[in-house]
Amino acid sequence: MSDNTVDSSKRTWLIATSCVGAVGVAATAVPFASSIEPSERAKAAGASVEVDISAVKPGEKITIEWRGKPVWIIRRTPEQIAALSSVEDELADPKSERKPSELTPEYARNQGRSIKPDLFVAVGICTHLGCSPSDKFAPGAQPSLPNDWPGGFLCPCHGSTFDMAGRVFKNKPAPDNLEIPPHMYLSDNKLIIGEDKKA
Amino acid sequence: MANFKEISPNASTGEKFMNWVDNRFPATKLWEEHLSKYYAPKNFNFWYFFGSLSLLVLVLQIVTGIFLTMHYKADASTAFASVEYIMRDVPWGWLIRYMHSTGASAFFVVVYLHMFRGLIYGSYRQPRELVWIFGCTIFLCLMAEAFMGYLLPWGQMSYWGAQVIVNLFSAVPVIGPDLALLIRGDYVVGDATLNRFFSFHVIAVPLVLVGLVAAHIIALHEVGSNNPDGVEIKAKKDAQGIPLDGIPFHPYYSVHDIMGVGVFLMIFAGIIFFAPELGGYFLEANNFIPADPLKTPLHIAPVWYFTPYYSMLRAITGEMVNVLILIVLASGALTITKANFSGFLKAVVALATLGLAVMMYSVDAKFWGVVVMGGAVVILFFLPWLDHCSVKSIRYKPDWHWYIYAIFVVVFFVLGYLGTQPPSHMGERISQVGTLFYFGFFLLMPWWSKMGQTKPVPERVIFHAH
Repeated sequence: MSDNTVDSSKRTWLIATSCVGAVGVAATAVPFASSIEPSERAKAAGASVEVDISAVKPGEKITIEWRGKPVWIIRRTPEQIAALSSVEDELADPKSERKPSELTPEYARNQGRSIKPDLFVAVGICTHLGCSPSDKFAPGAQPSLPNDWPGGFLCPCHGSTFDMAGRVFKNKPAPDNLEIPPHMYLSDNKLIIGEDKKA
Repeated sequence: MANFKEISPNASTGEKFMNWVDNRFPATKLWEEHLSKYYAPKNFNFWYFFGSLSLLVLVLQIVTGIFLTMHYKADASTAFASVEYIMRDVPWGWLIRYMHSTGASAFFVVVYLHMFRGLIYGSYRQPRELVWIFGCTIFLCLMAEAFMGYLLPWGQMSYWGAQVIVNLFSAVPVIGPDLALLIRGDYVVGDATLNRFFSFHVIAVPLVLVGLVAAHIIALHEVGSNNPDGVEIKAKKDAQGIPLDGIPFHPYYSVHDIMGVGVFLMIFAGIIFFAPELGGYFLEANNFIPADPLKTPLHIAPVWYFTPYYSMLRAITGEMVNVLILIVLASGALTITKANFSGFLKAVVALATLGLAVMMYSVDAKFWGVVVMGGAVVILFFLPWLDHCSVKSIRYKPDWHWYIYAIFVVVFFVLGYLGTQPPSHMGERISQVGTLFYFGFFLLMPWWSKMGQTKPVPERVIFHAH
């Protein structure tokens, strides 16, 4: 056999061996890629949380931790409830129609996005990039807010604003309203976060 | 393989030793190729200090990092306390930590200046495209390294900064949420995230970084250094084949760079000892509060070196996307009317433009913010093919080009400043204009770089002996 000819059977075996080798490398990569997915322990940590809300006075907010995220419970004042209808023109999604299955459970698809008109429960994580918005309950002009500010929340990271029902204002970086977690009342003063009646 | 080299028995012990080594490892060859016989242009100026300074800071970061790792605990419940332990109880721990934290900012200072040098003298032009691309990849790695390192002290800024940046990935349509989950390793930024960022910060990214630095230098030494005149010194050689305008890197530039190192270390030490936080720009006040997943600090901003890109991210609101759609449609229409290619190609352009416009309209502004932020860095990679000017160096480009570069620098600083400030309506408008200028600078470069009367480029470099 001269130096210039290709031994085609040898070449076939070389290609076949390389292919088998590549499959082996790809298969070995699977456990490594899987190892960085959430662990079984992380998946298991999602228990619901029971809260006593008897101490929350009108206009006050408490924050509790559920699945590592802040959940707000706010007892809105009558003025704050009244303000909800006056801002609807300026909201991006006043009727909570976007991604309802992820963001708004059925029992919260109303103006106040809540089961009871005064008690508002929401995950305090901005739908833009996950910062926790700060309370700006006092109406009126303030830094970073419009002069006719009705009271609500301001995300410190990128300036998204939400009304007292966690509904996002138009033309802000956040695309959606704040998430309402599954929740239900066990009694007048006992609330459970992470579970609701359909479960 | 080189032949085995015999040496005269009268040679000194040193020479005999080097001969023994050189027959087994190319020590002398490497020394000559990269230092004593690497001919660099003799007209280097101030801007040429920053390459060797970047290397110095890289070494500083690796060495201080090794010592910090000996005391640091990568665990969400002990990380913050272990950093305070380094600051208070480890002998000289505060110095090593401040060297590392100041080193991070210093790295970006010297790298930004190094990149700016490349930008104005056309050091990315043929045949140095790969030098530039390796450099841009180093810059990307550096950003990853800095971002992941910033999570490790587990302060408020660490936590919320990581939260925001990881959530950027979740803005990607379809795969986004799973991608963010894979980065965090949990449903929220937590212990799993801290551990993997530690792993990336101390081993994975530094390994890649060192490899890229080697590739950057090998590519540079293959093609030779550019210079402020943008003249190829290899075009004019003497009888020995040595460039007439070249001088050996060692000892001329090694000694010259030591002076740069001296000045740099004075400033560096000054910051470490007198202003290690640099008024909140190098270490942010909120990071001295342990991470609290329930409460975002009232004012959060990334560290200064990320703020220009952060401003661009914030600039992309729903309105801005509409402006961008108009720009896309207008440039598509312009391409179709002005360019002289076939009807089929025009139809492809029209379809692509319309498709992009529809996509921009239907996907959230949030995603386009992420695209713009990433695009601001990625666009740098394409610079060698965007610049169509007939000369390399700013010295011989038309005078008004100088103003474009100057405005570009001002825009970059303004964007950087706005990124440190709380969101405001005025700031948003300014950063939108700034973002348009930043991208216009690059995307329109194929046209503006060709315009105007260039000045004659000299045959040899301009050099005044001193």
